[in-house]
Amino acid sequence: MGKKQSNSTDEFVKGLWRDNPVFIQMLGLCPALAVSNTAINALAMGAATTFVLVMAGLSVSLLRNFIPREARIVSYICIIATFVTCVDYAIMAISIELHRALGAFIALIVVNCLILGRSEAFASKNRPALAVMDGLGMGAGFTAALFFIGVMREVLGSGTLFGVDLFPGGFQTWTVMVLPSGGFFAMAIWLLLVNRIRQYQAEAEKRAGEQEAAS
Amino acid sequence: MARLSKLLEIGSSPHVTDGASTDVIMRNVFMALLPVTVFAVYAFGAGAALVIVAATASCVLTEHWLCRWTGQPSTVGDWSIAITGLLYGLTLPPDLPLWMVFAGGVFGVAIGKFLFGGLGMNAFNPALVGRAFLQAAFPQAMTHWQAPFAEGRFEHIPSSVLAMPFWEPAYDAVTTATPLALMKFEAEFAGGRELAAGLTSGSVGETCGVLILLGGVYLVARNMMNWRIPASIFATVAAVTWAFQLYDPATYPGPVFMLFSGGLMLGAVFMATDMVASPITNAGCWLYGALIGVLVVVIRFWGGMPEGVMYAILLANAVSPHIDNLIQPRVFGTGRGAG
Amino acid sequence: MNAPAPLQRKPTTVWQMYRSIVGIGAFCALLIVSVYQGTAGRIADNRARFLGNAIEEVLPAAHSTVEVALDANGALVGAAEPADLPAYLAYGDNGELVGAVITARGMGYADNITVLYSYSFELKAIVGHKVLESKETPGLGDKVELEPHFLANFEALDARLNDDGTALANAIVTVKEGEKTEAWQLDGITGATITSDAIGAILNRASGFWLPALERDARDFRPPQSTEE
Repeated sequence: MGKKQSNSTDEFVKGLWRDNPVFIQMLGLCPALAVSNTAINALAMGAATTFVLVMAGLSVSLLRNFIPREARIVSYICIIATFVTCVDYAIMAISIELHRALGAFIALIVVNCLILGRSEAFASKNRPALAVMDGLGMGAGFTAALFFIGVMREVLGSGTLFGVDLFPGGFQTWTVMVLPSGGFFAMAIWLLLVNRIRQYQAEAEKRAGEQEAAS
Repeated sequence: MARLSKLLEIGSSPHVTDGASTDVIMRNVFMALLPVTVFAVYAFGAGAALVIVAATASCVLTEHWLCRWTGQPSTVGDWSIAITGLLYGLTLPPDLPLWMVFAGGVFGVAIGKFLFGGLGMNAFNPALVGRAFLQAAFPQAMTHWQAPFAEGRFEHIPSSVLAMPFWEPAYDAVTTATPLALMKFEAEFAGGRELAAGLTSGSVGETCGVLILLGGVYLVARNMMNWRIPASIFATVAAVTWAFQLYDPATYPGPVFMLFSGGLMLGAVFMATDMVASPITNAGCWLYGALIGVLVVVIRFWGGMPEGVMYAILLANAVSPHIDNLIQPRVFGTGRGAG
Repeated sequence: MNAPAPLQRKPTTVWQMYRSIVGIGAFCALLIVSVYQGTAGRIADNRARFLGNAIEEVLPAAHSTVEVALDANGALVGAAEPADLPAYLAYGDNGELVGAVITARGMGYADNITVLYSYSFELKAIVGHKVLESKETPGLGDKVELEPHFLANFEALDARLNDDGTALANAIVTVKEGEKTEAWQLDGITGATITSDAIGAILNRASGFWLPALERDARDFRPPQSTEE
């Protein structure tokens, strides 16, 4: 929060990489592990969460001077639960099959700490436009992370991607990857990669800084 | 790091009573396993031999490569990883595709051993971690049992063993159900003599109970194994089973069947006694063995799967530090409850 | 922190608390109700279509269905309200009785399995099954939905009643793969023994419950009004 003048693009981009909710902040892991067994489920869950993030962020930001400090958590939860219920109905109206696949995890978006966290830490202190951009960015980062996990689990666990058979002719599926434990494995592999890249980035930055200091 | 691994070789394990170093112990374990291995190859043929070789190779290579990658001196030389690999191979079905054998070996050593800090640090038996991974990843292949003593088993390698990596294996060997599967799904109990002599189907090295026991006796005689762990497992399994058989002999098999079927012998003698993952105190060992025994009976009788030795040992591995905590020798000179 | 932290905040008045909580509550309630109103029709359509598709899968001849229930005396009556595990009488294009579609649930390997199956009055046999809900191990337990030889059991799985019409003449059981000898046996799946056994047990129990009443009363049953799909 050091920068006073942050523009909305920054708020969007930070959710994708620097503050990625799943890989960096490690928030909202329950749905990230539970419904990422196929790419479609991951995208649907990401989209639903993004919608709730944006709408809750917008509402909280608009009402930030209206909600007293003492009643803020109950207000936020109420707002979040409302949008989750709306999403629940919307998904049922779009496709019962999708609703069955996501199961209880739609209702559990309410307790996804990511949403309450962003409402409390960001939306309640910033303008609505920034809050929306923050929600979009966090949602996009969340969706991307779920999607990467989902792709790995679906390709290994079912040999398909978006339901399309990738390896016709007897691919041996890794059953464990579609089971809950596979979520942890896939998540761990991506975390390994992300942290490795961040390490390289930090080293490169340090070297660049030293060079600058030397010259 | 180098200092650390030297420290660990003279760890506080009770097995090391005469100051024997890791590689002396391991060489003895290898001697104890030799008859079991030879019998396995004799019973299941060329496929089983390949599975054992691949299992050992995958574990040794993974350990060597990981040591190099993390800049430590390779610990391959002390035989311990070769024993892990051999044990891991002995727990696998004899017609398992070699690429799956490799995958499980890499997983077991990397996740089950190295992630915890390498030799002497593993919370779980690495061989069983590898096997558990395979059980979860490839349940079909892991419950496919080649019939023992098939004709032409030495010349003919089962096609499934040589399956292309990442491709589904095609089976051509004659298969049979294991005695435990027969008990679970057909309520048929195999005879004790057949089981003890290893005439039934099962994992590569688990079938011949007598040879495994012999290996165990050899290790105990050389004072290289804590006999209390297998003794406690055997006693618990026998007692609990006996009680249930008394209650309903049609549904529950007898103690002899339970002791000699499945992986109980191999697990109790060579897996549960893993020096690192088992408790330190003698009382702790009794408790640990009893826990494994009860879990085995519970899983076999009421669980979804026919066999539960692997999960029982892994679960007991997980609580063994807590057992140590619970049964801490009283510090000399302090009162009860202190420390 | 963006704004300088106020050293002394004005205390929140009761009115402010009231205003915010009631206001937000009212707004949220309004939003939920309007979304519910907006989607209720489509959701009902989707549900009906989902059930319709499932029924059509197990009993292609069905054109319309009526949900039925058993009253206190065990007689067949029209269902007053949708049951958790409903049973339906299915009528063909010309309003003739073509069969019954029954939902049943039982313990599988991992969790409860819910199946939908169809009974043909003409063949006195189970002629179709579909797993509605299961958490069985992918690749093993879900073979009961895919394996051709297992699905072949449902060409005509004998579910004849005994002479009194009070129970199944032969209990439906799952046997080992390749050992089916009787028309009321289910040819099981090697490697998915527990799940295929469970399907047999579920069908046996639900058939024992429903079929005596259905066989006795279904032909004379007059639906209050037949629901068109």
